Amino acid sequence: MRHTTRALSITALALTTALVATACTTGDTEPDSSSSGSDTPTDEQVTLTWWHNGVAGDTGENSLGDYWDQVAADYMADHPNVTIEIEQIQNEDLQRTRIPTALQSGDAPDLFQQWGGGEMKAQAEAGYLMDLSSVLSDDIDRLGGAVAPWQADGVTYGLPFQFAVEGVWYRPSLFEQAGITSEPTTMDELNTAVQQLKDAGITPIAVGAADKWPAAHWWYNFALQSCPQDVITSAGDFDFSDPCWVEAGNQLEEFLGTEPFQDNFMSTVAQTGATSSAGLVTNANAAMELMGQWNFFVYQGFTDGSDEQIQALLDDLDWFPMPGISGGAGDPTAAMGGGDGFSCYVDAPAECADFLSYIVSDDVQRGFVEAVGGLPVAPAASDAVAEPVNQEIAAAASEAAYVQLWLDTDLGPNVGGAMNDGIVAIFAGTGDAQSVVDVMTAAAATAQ
Amino acid sequence: MTALETSGKADAPAAQAAGADAGDPIRAARRRDTIRKYLEVALFVGPALVLFLVFVVYPVVSAMRYSMYQWNGISQFSDATFIGIENYARALWGGTDPETRQAFLTAYTEPFWQALGHNFAIIFLSMAVQLPLALLIALTLNRKFPGRASVRVIIFAPYVLSEVIAGVMWMIIFDPNGIATEFARAIGLDMPAGGWFEDQTWGFWTVFSIITWKYVGLAIILFLAGLSGVSEDLQEAAAIDGASWFQIQWKINIPLIGPTIRIWAFLSIIGSIQLFDMVWVLNRGGTTGQYSTIASYMMQIGFFRSDWGYGSAIAVIMFLISFTIAIFYMTTILRQDSGRGASER
Repeated sequence: MRHTTRALSITALALTTALVATACTTGDTEPDSSSSGSDTPTDEQVTLTWWHNGVAGDTGENSLGDYWDQVAADYMADHPNVTIEIEQIQNEDLQRTRIPTALQSGDAPDLFQQWGGGEMKAQAEAGYLMDLSSVLSDDIDRLGGAVAPWQADGVTYGLPFQFAVEGVWYRPSLFEQAGITSEPTTMDELNTAVQQLKDAGITPIAVGAADKWPAAHWWYNFALQSCPQDVITSAGDFDFSDPCWVEAGNQLEEFLGTEPFQDNFMSTVAQTGATSSAGLVTNANAAMELMGQWNFFVYQGFTDGSDEQIQALLDDLDWFPMPGISGGAGDPTAAMGGGDGFSCYVDAPAECADFLSYIVSDDVQRGFVEAVGGLPVAPAASDAVAEPVNQEIAAAASEAAYVQLWLDTDLGPNVGGAMNDGIVAIFAGTGDAQSVVDVMTAAAATAQ
Repeated sequence: MTALETSGKADAPAAQAAGADAGDPIRAARRRDTIRKYLEVALFVGPALVLFLVFVVYPVVSAMRYSMYQWNGISQFSDATFIGIENYARALWGGTDPETRQAFLTAYTEPFWQALGHNFAIIFLSMAVQLPLALLIALTLNRKFPGRASVRVIIFAPYVLSEVIAGVMWMIIFDPNGIATEFARAIGLDMPAGGWFEDQTWGFWTVFSIITWKYVGLAIILFLAGLSGVSEDLQEAAAIDGASWFQIQWKINIPLIGPTIRIWAFLSIIGSIQLFDMVWVLNRGGTTGQYSTIASYMMQIGFFRSDWGYGSAIAVIMFLISFTIAIFYMTTILRQDSGRGASER
């Protein structure tokens, strides 16, 4: 008996290892599209559940979550028959666990965070998302090109509430110290600036390669400039046979050869602590960083939060678009970008689309800019953008030939994750330009 | 096992005969006893068995099922494609399609063997480094001296600390600007070129040294417990016969704590195969998998890359390895040690 008990307990111990991968089981529940509400909101009592990623940060402040509370309250005041139940969920939990399991269970939130690209496409193919093309056609026209990442095969499955392009953040005082007089517009000029900064004893560029994606963004931009527009915009079809994908890796290897990054960049994270890439830039220990618009807030998080310190930082913080390579097949004025949006579940009541329309309305977008500081999607709200550097980023987006969604989001977690792993191996010196394309091709061959 | 079988055999004829002997009060009482015994077994084992079936057997069978499919974890599982052993083939030898083999070797097979290799390296190093180290410390501490209890607590403390807290603490210590770097510089060395954790060669050794710090305490405490069971008479007799301290340890103490050493070795092997928390906290097994383990690899690819079929195949491989080791341990070493223990008593 003792042996049996022990055998069982030891077996249980071994068996538990398999639990991790199977913690999320599927209920094989197909969404019932026939039961979805009518296209127009009614006066009947409805409850909308809303999952978003506006959670409190380290300081306890939650400007985004507070603003969404306000937006929901305002909407409910105008629509007494609608009750909105909000759940704030940390971004990674929301994207990787909560939304996929909720969708598969058939008991999904009505309105939920949507990042667009490959993952949204997979959700749409599984029949989870409401087709918003006709019901929100006016909003889609009003918001313009930024909606594209929330569309698949000509159908709109979500709307963004913020969208921005990435570029190089830099500290003008360090540029001045190194004798750099103008913002680099080509890779040659960037290489010269890197050398000037090194000569002045300043770390030219910070990168948080330990988080993988910040390093990968350099490759994305080289791909954007090496690949013709039709090749890069159809990357989601998983055809990586064009030589421009290998060329992107070659460009990166060449750039890494100039040693532009800080020491120990493989051990550096992007946003946490004074030794993170953002910390290095905030503390003027590095001159530049390639990052999205959100770093406007991340840098401020390293100050003590006082108006004086934030103003001092903003006075010595500027931005320029990613410099163009020479001779690439891509459009040198194209930009990488991304944003956040929301989708409605296929079975959600019609009020979901109406509320989403309210979220992206000009007034709510203007309020979003004022309360949160992000860059709006609604063109009419752009006049609310106050900071010169944000105005510059907004202008760069509108001047870009086209904006390509972050490649990892565009390709989805499987192929996108494989790509990021391949790119970071180049940074670590264990991979090369060809192996990035190899791992992308392999992952694409297994992707559904 | 024997006790259960015996009682089962003894009760069977009684149960069969019970119906025919309704008039016999002794047999009726025996029958009531039998029913009560079965009810008791059902009552005590039932809930545990249900939990075991729902939370252990069902997930394992599900993982085995998922591992035969290509499934992105987003669509309904009913829409997933059945691909047989392809997920296992991708991990083990680059897949069944010669055309994609080269790409699959780079994308799947190499990282898989890299991770599994780390697990087996940790098993080997545990036996080669942790075992002698723990034995040496345990034998040294196995005597009465002032502050003995405090020393034991200090040695055991890392094991009690949660993996996550310990991981974060060591990340701070091994930060490029941390104490470890300063210490290395003070003795005329420098940090490994790529950083303590990210260096392709040294990353694994940094993590192994943390694992040793974390788990050697358990071995020491187990060995000390084993040593406390060794009769002092034996040691005194040996000392009177002129045996040196080393001879007493080698010829008496170590052989007598053999069963303890073997149970530690078993726990250590299973723990090494399942090693996850620590390597995950330390940046998910490394940016290029320098110190990945099979569990961190499974999590990375199954969960974060949403390749659930392949992730399940990795989970099943990990399960089979653990299961094989557990069965081997129970059928050979445990049986031998238990048998010897019984005959000695």
